[in-house]
Amino acid sequence: MNEYSILIGGKAGDGISQAGQIIGSIFSSLGYHVYQYVDYPSLIRGGHNFCIIRAAKEPIFTHRTKVNAIIAFDQQTVDTHLDKLANHGIILFDKDKVKTEGVGISITQIINELQGIPIMGNTAMIAVLFRYLGVPWEHVESVLSRKIPKKIEKNLQIAQAAWKTVTPGLNISPISGETKPFLSGNEWIAIGLLAGGIDAYIAYPMTPSSGVLHFLASVAEETGITVYHPESEIAVILMALGFSYTGKKSAVGTSGGGFCLMTEGLSLAGQAELPIVIIVSQRTGPSTGLPTYTAQSDLMFIRHAGQGEFPRWIAAPANPDEALRLGAEAVQISSQFQIPAFILTDKTFSEGIYTGSSSLPRTEPTTKPGPTFPYNRYADHPDGISPVLSPPYPGESIKVNSYTHDVRGITTEDPQVTRFMVEKRKRKQQVLCEYVDRPENIFIDGDKNATTGIICWGSVRGPVTEAIQTMSVRIISPLILEPFPKKSFLKAMEGVEKIILIEESAMGQLDKILREHGIVPDQQILRYDGRPSAVEELEEQIRRYV
Amino acid sequence: MNPNESLVADTKNTWCPGCGNFAIQHAVKFVIEEFEKEGVPRENFVFVTGIGCHAKIADYFNLNSFYSLHGRTIPVASGIKMANPDLKVICFAGDGDLYAEGLEHLIHAAKRNIDITVICHNNRVYGLTTGQYTPTSPYGYRGKSTPGGIHEYPLNIIEMLLGSGATFVARGYSRKIPLLKRIIREAILHPGFAHIDVLQICASFFNMTPQYDEFVYETSEANVSQFDVACRTGQQWNYSDPGPIPLGIFYKTIKPSFPENKEKKVINREEIIRTILSRYS
Repeated sequence: MNEYSILIGGKAGDGISQAGQIIGSIFSSLGYHVYQYVDYPSLIRGGHNFCIIRAAKEPIFTHRTKVNAIIAFDQQTVDTHLDKLANHGIILFDKDKVKTEGVGISITQIINELQGIPIMGNTAMIAVLFRYLGVPWEHVESVLSRKIPKKIEKNLQIAQAAWKTVTPGLNISPISGETKPFLSGNEWIAIGLLAGGIDAYIAYPMTPSSGVLHFLASVAEETGITVYHPESEIAVILMALGFSYTGKKSAVGTSGGGFCLMTEGLSLAGQAELPIVIIVSQRTGPSTGLPTYTAQSDLMFIRHAGQGEFPRWIAAPANPDEALRLGAEAVQISSQFQIPAFILTDKTFSEGIYTGSSSLPRTEPTTKPGPTFPYNRYADHPDGISPVLSPPYPGESIKVNSYTHDVRGITTEDPQVTRFMVEKRKRKQQVLCEYVDRPENIFIDGDKNATTGIICWGSVRGPVTEAIQTMSVRIISPLILEPFPKKSFLKAMEGVEKIILIEESAMGQLDKILREHGIVPDQQILRYDGRPSAVEELEEQIRRYV
Repeated sequence: MNPNESLVADTKNTWCPGCGNFAIQHAVKFVIEEFEKEGVPRENFVFVTGIGCHAKIADYFNLNSFYSLHGRTIPVASGIKMANPDLKVICFAGDGDLYAEGLEHLIHAAKRNIDITVICHNNRVYGLTTGQYTPTSPYGYRGKSTPGGIHEYPLNIIEMLLGSGATFVARGYSRKIPLLKRIIREAILHPGFAHIDVLQICASFFNMTPQYDEFVYETSEANVSQFDVACRTGQQWNYSDPGPIPLGIFYKTIKPSFPENKEKKVINREEIIRTILSRYS
């Protein structure tokens, strides 16, 4: 077999997601590329949580419908997912709680005999899985001892006891290749921000963006950044703009509901020309919607949010490498152009866990003209970008303003000054447009000469890329959505006669941008039940039109 | 902005004649000049303003300023202070601005004891939007949005701040300049969150001069660190009924303030990212 898919399920509180992550790490340590899908309802204890961990020899960014093994901590896991089991697939289950066929282990009994605690059943089951897959104990033990957060000795004792109850059913081979870091999309974005040089991350908890907050908070001390959780998203963005004013690179993160509150601060950033990076992780809406499920339905909102007109940059990563690159670029672009820069992601990517490369993106050094004195915060410059100075600076007062202002930053209602400032921002927008319109901002894959083109963005690209592997189809996927890299996009579309647009929205979000540029999709494949599509589901839908 | 230059800018002033803002501007100018003489450079001050008549003070001083949004002085000021704890950050806010839309930030700033100074220009009316009631307008106030008179009692902002954990709570009056100067100076020196509610009149929509002049008095600051005494002083006037109005510093105490002044470490960002990534391999 070239790849393995494992489904692990139980109740919220059973530690399913963490167990999945350890399984993924063990596969990664064997040289595999790994993807983990995490599915959970909006509750803390009980309910049904499951993860699908997929390991393959090639890079993968999505799950498949069929799995080779189901690890069941409760009956509901078997009842809900039995139909996903592939031919010759196996169910590994806790014999003390679940009735089914397969490999049953008395997890509860083992834990009781060795005086462990229920959560240690996870470690036991992981050991059982890898014993079944034929991986040597020493290998499993080495990863477990690195990944188990508490009571390592007791966990290992229980794992080994469980290990001994099973005989290998398969003999999976390690593949050559280094052990790749295995992190969630949110964490990959966060590392991108760090690589881009952020000084502060301010956020209010909101699923599915909280992973960025938690991760950066956990590394704040060693990286020297400030991470803060204030009273609301309104406070979040304004605090971050306070950081920007002092010359510190700041980022914030939220989901649609929190971003609603941030819009006045966004507009302030536009008027005051303050840099800020904003991560928005989309979930099913509108309003509270499905808090723990996915969507791509906020692009139009993000693109148009805030009163008045001002330039902004929106990027949508589809995989860890892009998250690293675009996360770093967001910091650089926002700082260089003094604009809001968005990373627009979604629950699937944010909370999906991926192996990625550990090569860091190169951040381009920004060449900024130095200030002239006496200093004017909004001094004119041909590209519309004023030289920045931060307080305290002896002899100068540095003024930013939410009102229409003159070059000094003093409030004005003068029509000529108003026009001048609008035109300054327009010139900046023009420079930004030219900057983003580069081939590397359009992802092209599949059959590059095909006359059928699939357009998609963000996390949807992962399954699309796999779904079309046996079809004559070209994938065209923009990484930057605003300003839209039009020339590069049209170049990538050359020769395409039939366009299929795939999005996780009901009304089409990228669709509206495409139409602005005269690109009209022939078919739309839209999904809006909050669930990401597996490879097979997309393959079936695409075949209808190809 | 060299020390010989006037702190007051040459921008055109559009406050109404008789506005209490002039007095506050004058007091602030005096205090900053005093600090300058003592060696605090003027560029270390940052003024953050909301939106309303008070906020024009940003344009009227030759000092660093962030002219922010209605109700949003405090989070901006907090970010600036957290980013650079060496700066002296002063919020100027209006009562509508700070006590209505900005209330959540005010309470939380007091709770976290962030080391900023808040000066509320409390004229108890929305001036720039032509005379609507604010959270501290008296019961029955008739404004354009409440022609029948409001059916709400005003918020006793002093009680509220004490209840929120503020470590410096004071009330000034724009016609008692020496007292106001002293309070502002002490507030800036206070290590932690300092709030000054400044009673000022709105010459156009709510001229309370006769009443304030009759009722204000300077309260004793002998027991300024005692919370219960501060609460009683704060309760003497409820912002509605006529009666004695205490002025001065009501409460002053020292608690751990925020942000902590951390030692700056030299960090090789790339190396640390690699270390972090290796933990996830």
